[in-house]
Amino acid sequence: MSGTPRVRVTSPRSAAPRRRRVSAVSEIDAQTDLGAVYMSSLLRSQLRLALSVVSVLVALVAGLPLLFALAPGLVDVELLGLPLPWLLLAVAVYPFLLLLGWLYVRAAERNERDFAEMVERS
Amino acid sequence: MSHGYAIVAVLLVAAATLSVGAYGWRFSRTTSDFFVASRSVRPALNASAIGGEYLSAASFLGVAGLVLAFGTDMLWYPVGWTAGYLVLLVLVAAPLRRSGAYTLPDFAEARLESRTVRGLSSLLVVAVGWLYLMPQFQGAGLSLRTVAGTPAWAGGLLVGAVVLVNVFFGGMRSITFVQAFQYWLKLTALLVPVMVLLAAWSGDGARSPLGGAWVSPLASADAHPLYTTYSIVIATFLGTMGLPHVVVRFYTNPDGRTARRTTLVVLALLGLFYLLPPVYGALGRVYTPDLVAAGASDTVVLELPARMVEGVAGELLSALTAAGAFAAFLSTSSGLTIAVAGVLSQDVMGRRFRGVRSFQASAVVAVVVPLVLAVSAEGVGVARAVGLAFAVAASTFCPLLVLGIWWRRLTDVGAVAGLVVGGLLSGGAVVLTLIGDPRAGWGGALVAQPAAWTVPLAFATMIGVSLLTPARVPRHVNRTMVRLHTPEAVDLDRGPAPAAG
Repeated sequence: MSGTPRVRVTSPRSAAPRRRRVSAVSEIDAQTDLGAVYMSSLLRSQLRLALSVVSVLVALVAGLPLLFALAPGLVDVELLGLPLPWLLLAVAVYPFLLLLGWLYVRAAERNERDFAEMVERS
Repeated sequence: MSHGYAIVAVLLVAAATLSVGAYGWRFSRTTSDFFVASRSVRPALNASAIGGEYLSAASFLGVAGLVLAFGTDMLWYPVGWTAGYLVLLVLVAAPLRRSGAYTLPDFAEARLESRTVRGLSSLLVVAVGWLYLMPQFQGAGLSLRTVAGTPAWAGGLLVGAVVLVNVFFGGMRSITFVQAFQYWLKLTALLVPVMVLLAAWSGDGARSPLGGAWVSPLASADAHPLYTTYSIVIATFLGTMGLPHVVVRFYTNPDGRTARRTTLVVLALLGLFYLLPPVYGALGRVYTPDLVAAGASDTVVLELPARMVEGVAGELLSALTAAGAFAAFLSTSSGLTIAVAGVLSQDVMGRRFRGVRSFQASAVVAVVVPLVLAVSAEGVGVARAVGLAFAVAASTFCPLLVLGIWWRRLTDVGAVAGLVVGGLLSGGAVVLTLIGDPRAGWGGALVAQPAAWTVPLAFATMIGVSLLTPARVPRHVNRTMVRLHTPEAVDLDRGPAPAAG
């Protein structure tokens, strides 16, 4: 690899002036307004996802003490030989948390795939 | 209880910990190995290590003891410690890994471009770490005294020595192997005895432990059970992400995507483990109710097998739970030592020592200070002190991480104000709880479980002061957001990696 590099001289076949293509990646790198739009769409979709998972967690798990306070009779309800509060807090809550986490990971990875396709395709 | 088997079991755990660690020593060569195992740990191994590190004395002994003594409301501790991982997964796991920083102060400095925020974070990491280490050493002393009749300081000293040897020679790489091993040891040490105990229980007429106020939620003697329950929920849900030994683990994942998948496996491992301690608490109601009156309910996991199963079999099962308890002390103390030593070596020792040497010197300081505190101070109660560490973490690092990751307008002044307010209020409540006698009424409830009011105040301060100082939004915040949130596969300019050390 020495000497002058070969330079290929070409000319666009069409007569129309060519529009210079700028990729989404370089828009983001240059921190243009368009790049900011790409970034905030990713951030917003991920934040919306995170907040909806947290809301479900707060409503269904953190709501339990309130439920127990409002309906103290629940302790007399027995399921599978366990009082309902025990069944919920000692057993059922763990598979529920795992399910919530699994759904989140799937959705978060899909958001990232969508973002990657969007910026790399353009 | 015969002491022979239990002593052998504890010594075996110590020896196994050292030899599994020695397997890792051979790979530890560079500073990066010591800090974050060169970021090459796969999800399955890393999740076992996180589980092993996270399940401390409070989980292994404390939950069963609390359930035995106080009943249903105490089930919120294990639920919160697991849900805390879900909140961490959803809000910080991947961005935290992508930040590329070694420690929490690294993250704070990279995001806010401020040495002041870094210094304050370092101070808080060391404070939370020592607050969490001290009860581990105290619990180790208590347990070794229960199973082997040694003086109170011996257990803490043994744990401190083993941890120091491993951290000293192997750093994070060696600790990863050790902790993955210890998760499975802890699970076995609760699972095998519980199956024998349940068989013995049903053969014994299956007397129901349920009944009375014990089984009802919100029926405890506390003046304000609903407030206390919610404060525990807030501290545990939000505090997990701010514990220094939890956060440092995320940097060992290869990338953001594996950080998420690792956390998901952790959720499964924690859920599996936490099914077991309440069973011990419930069986304790039938077979060892005297422990509550004796103020020794924390030892129910250690005592129950020997009480329920006669002869050598019962003693062997008790020895197995003792081994699990020691695995719990060793693994959590190792993780905390790594985290505190990492911060000390970067921010305190860095100028005098270089690289690995600096990390090792810091590890000595990180272990010796809380060990001296644990030996000299009165016992505080393992689960209670650990709960306070969660409250401080939730009031300081939780707002810093959540706002830092999701809110562009966070400023360095806002972060400092929030950390100071959250740290002083929760720290003040901790000091009052540790030195003062418990007070009745609202004042007592607010001080004993501060998270429900300190966390919102810390968030409000951080947001309010940031909005008042819009000119101080960090210059490179957009580049930092690209770094935190975009998948690594996309080739983008993420700015320079945060300088380590």
